[in-house]
Amino acid sequence: MKLSALHQSYLNRRRSPLDSSADASSKSFLAVFWLVLHCLCCLISLLLGFRFSRLVFFFLVSTPSSTNLYSPPFRPDLPPPRTDLSPPNATAVEAKTSSSSSRVVVGRHGILIRPWPHPDPVEVMKAHRIIERVQREQKAVFGSGGKSSRAVIAVTPTYARTFQALHLNGVMHSLMLAPYAVVWIVVEAGGASNETASIIAKSGVRTIHVGFDQRMPNTWEDRGKVEVLMRLRALRVVKEEKLDGVVMFADDSNMHSMEFFDEIQNVKWFGAVSVGILAHSGNAEEMVMSMDKRREMVDEEEERSSLPVQGPACNATDKLIGWHVFNTLPYAGKSAVYIDDVAAVLPQKLEWCGFVLNSRILWDEAESKPEWVKEFGLLNENEGVESPLSLLNDPSMVEPLGSCGRQVLLWWLRVEARADSKFPPGWVIDPPLEITVAAKRTPWPDVPPEPPTKKKDQMSLSQGNNVVVIPKQQQQQQQQRSSKVRKPKRRSKRNKHEAKPTDTTTQVSASTKHHQERN
Amino acid sequence: MTNRSSLSAILLFLFFSASSAQHNVRTERISGSAGDVLEDNPVGKLKVYVYELPSKYNKKLLQKDPRCLTHMFAAEIFMHRFLLSSPVRTLNPDEADWFYAPIYPTCDLTPTGLPLPFKSPRMMRSAIQLISSNWPYWNKTEGADHFFVVPHDFGACFHYQEEKAIERGILPLLKRATLVQTFGQRNHVCLDQGSITIPPFAPPQKMQAHLIPPDVPRSIFVYFRGLFYDVNNDPEGGYYARGARAAVWENFKNNPLFDISTDHPTTYYEDMQRSIFCLCPLGWAPWSPRLVEAVVFGCIPVIIADDIVLPFADAIPWEEIGVFVAEKDVPELDTILTSIPTEVILRKQRLLANPSMKQAMLFPQPAQPGDAFHQILNGLARKLPHDGSVYLKAGEKVLNWTAGPVGDLKPW
Repeated sequence: MKLSALHQSYLNRRRSPLDSSADASSKSFLAVFWLVLHCLCCLISLLLGFRFSRLVFFFLVSTPSSTNLYSPPFRPDLPPPRTDLSPPNATAVEAKTSSSSSRVVVGRHGILIRPWPHPDPVEVMKAHRIIERVQREQKAVFGSGGKSSRAVIAVTPTYARTFQALHLNGVMHSLMLAPYAVVWIVVEAGGASNETASIIAKSGVRTIHVGFDQRMPNTWEDRGKVEVLMRLRALRVVKEEKLDGVVMFADDSNMHSMEFFDEIQNVKWFGAVSVGILAHSGNAEEMVMSMDKRREMVDEEEERSSLPVQGPACNATDKLIGWHVFNTLPYAGKSAVYIDDVAAVLPQKLEWCGFVLNSRILWDEAESKPEWVKEFGLLNENEGVESPLSLLNDPSMVEPLGSCGRQVLLWWLRVEARADSKFPPGWVIDPPLEITVAAKRTPWPDVPPEPPTKKKDQMSLSQGNNVVVIPKQQQQQQQQRSSKVRKPKRRSKRNKHEAKPTDTTTQVSASTKHHQERN
Repeated sequence: MTNRSSLSAILLFLFFSASSAQHNVRTERISGSAGDVLEDNPVGKLKVYVYELPSKYNKKLLQKDPRCLTHMFAAEIFMHRFLLSSPVRTLNPDEADWFYAPIYPTCDLTPTGLPLPFKSPRMMRSAIQLISSNWPYWNKTEGADHFFVVPHDFGACFHYQEEKAIERGILPLLKRATLVQTFGQRNHVCLDQGSITIPPFAPPQKMQAHLIPPDVPRSIFVYFRGLFYDVNNDPEGGYYARGARAAVWENFKNNPLFDISTDHPTTYYEDMQRSIFCLCPLGWAPWSPRLVEAVVFGCIPVIIADDIVLPFADAIPWEEIGVFVAEKDVPELDTILTSIPTEVILRKQRLLANPSMKQAMLFPQPAQPGDAFHQILNGLARKLPHDGSVYLKAGEKVLNWTAGPVGDLKPW
């Protein structure tokens, strides 16, 4: 009634006004009165702002108490929309209701902004930890079909050599990342050594370090045989300790994908996955040649594809019908025999790493063991166990995993250093190196060089190319260069691989220096 | 009454704990102050009589504007339909415990779809006059055993603007009736003591259609989509949401943990399922469908609305499920949220994962056990038996039929 004009204008801004309730009798008088009042209010609002004028008007012309006793909150000084942390002057009249007073005030409030409205790094880290924990919980509850996940029992045959740290760390990190309980059985040829123990102690997963009395032989073939015996030794540990979970064979130079661990949870008794075979020869020239040859072959015969994959073969209805085996024909006669040969290292017909089994197969009591599994305790190792299929009576009962072998979930690789290569024990340089030569032509400012005591490198380390010696002066450089050029002929081709780029750079740098000198 | 309910609660608890022991890993039981009542079946506990009102109160309104079926106030229509075919309905009014008058007061929409409350008081009044003159049951109790569904912004105050709503107060004729409304705020005129708060309507099929697998990792820390400033109605700011939404924007627009904006993405529901916390701040009214969406999608609701009363507050322990932040604490929202221990967060997520929790927030068609309709009936059943004092002696009048603004007294 009285307030309808102002309300009308307010409603105009919000919704289409539909309400109209004015008495006809006093309409003309009211209209004039309203017009005058409206102009007055416009003037006031020009000076002091719209809402303030409205509130002033309310106060001047207080309504009769026909309605509830409600007085709108009165703020003498309207704070600007953005205030700092100090809240607005709280001289508001509380919205009194008929029952009890509410803490919540209707009306204009200030917008609270703290002095530094930017993220706090400590809190961001806390939030990230929360997110990580929530995601872990999600994975535990919903991931992998929600079934309770089984432990992963990884069997790794290893022995102490130059590349052991490289390989073992890789496997270790994969196992540490797998979101399952892991039992890592490391069988070491030549007895359990402190070196290996110190590497696997950093893993944080439960490890069983088993020593194997034989030493690792020098040829790939014999090594394969010894590895089989070592794996069987580990399986015996599984049997004796009654470990429960999925047994997988993590050879120390292999690379596993995280999906591999997820997929093997699905195995019931005995499963097989596809393994990518990386038969790397270590010889760059040969690699290039073979690639060219392969390209030619592809052009001629597109049918023939040498897929380097070993694993189960399925028919159209996803039933196991056979095995994909690595095609060794292209490498016939050129494969490595000794461990440090620079030739392609070829896998066995069926590598152990492509198979996973339920650890209950190995247990003594035939609880619910299927009949097509041989009794592990009665296995005679001397009869030559080639592949894990000899653990079974019926190899056709193997479950193909990874969408029936279509997914390659891990890669097989064999890379070893020379048999006589040396490395600092534990990869700790102790005592410190004798020679440190200052580096020239580096982006950081020159460090005054140590007085050189000797010219030739006489380090306790051998030709492992561990230190790139950058010569100080030109004469030294030329001498070094010549000495470097001479050396690679003696060394194996692999080192030439590394020596070459440095040679070229030194050559280029020498020529530029030469130019400078001329100028 | 309390002994019986506590005993039944204990028995229910034992039974359910035994049967759902293996579910404890993922979900947790929900027990509010009324006990473990989310899975209660109200059939047999109460009888509801549905008045036959002329279609101008319900069907004609719906025919005029079918948008009433999809907006967030559609609970009134679906409640009517549910009651018509529910086993709690009785055709004999003498044995009924509760009486329901099917009126759709919120079905008067502007072209843009917003409901206008100006005619609702008159519509209510005329309906009550009809009921009281054609049936004797209204006069027996002056409406104390009647319930009405009023899902509008401020319930039975019938106004969208809070000051006006407070000024009007609850419609005088509804003072004794039980109101089933979405609005809930403590010590507010528009919330009567015995009211039942319900969630706003959110289309269940639409939400089901946007579900993503539960193992998709939740990578968004805080999520919000909506207005921070209502420039059309509150250009200077400070009125809309009592400045709380604006405070959220000003304080956290630079914070990468807070995914907040005014966008309308098509992946809104999917994003909620990828978030850990979903902000549910007040707007012009303290309630919003965001709460329902957060519960359905498993995102912990962060409720920023002082003194709000959440749906089915006696049956659902909201403090254990959501996070309540006072409006004055909004600038410290990031500190508050990051200092919640992870076990508490995981527990809240487990409670949210409970399917009975999600079901209680929805109005599915056709009705399913444990859904919001049943929770409303449970709430009504918990108010039984009626106190003897509600029955008036013959001729006794409590309500003032001429109270209220003059405009309300006009016939509809």
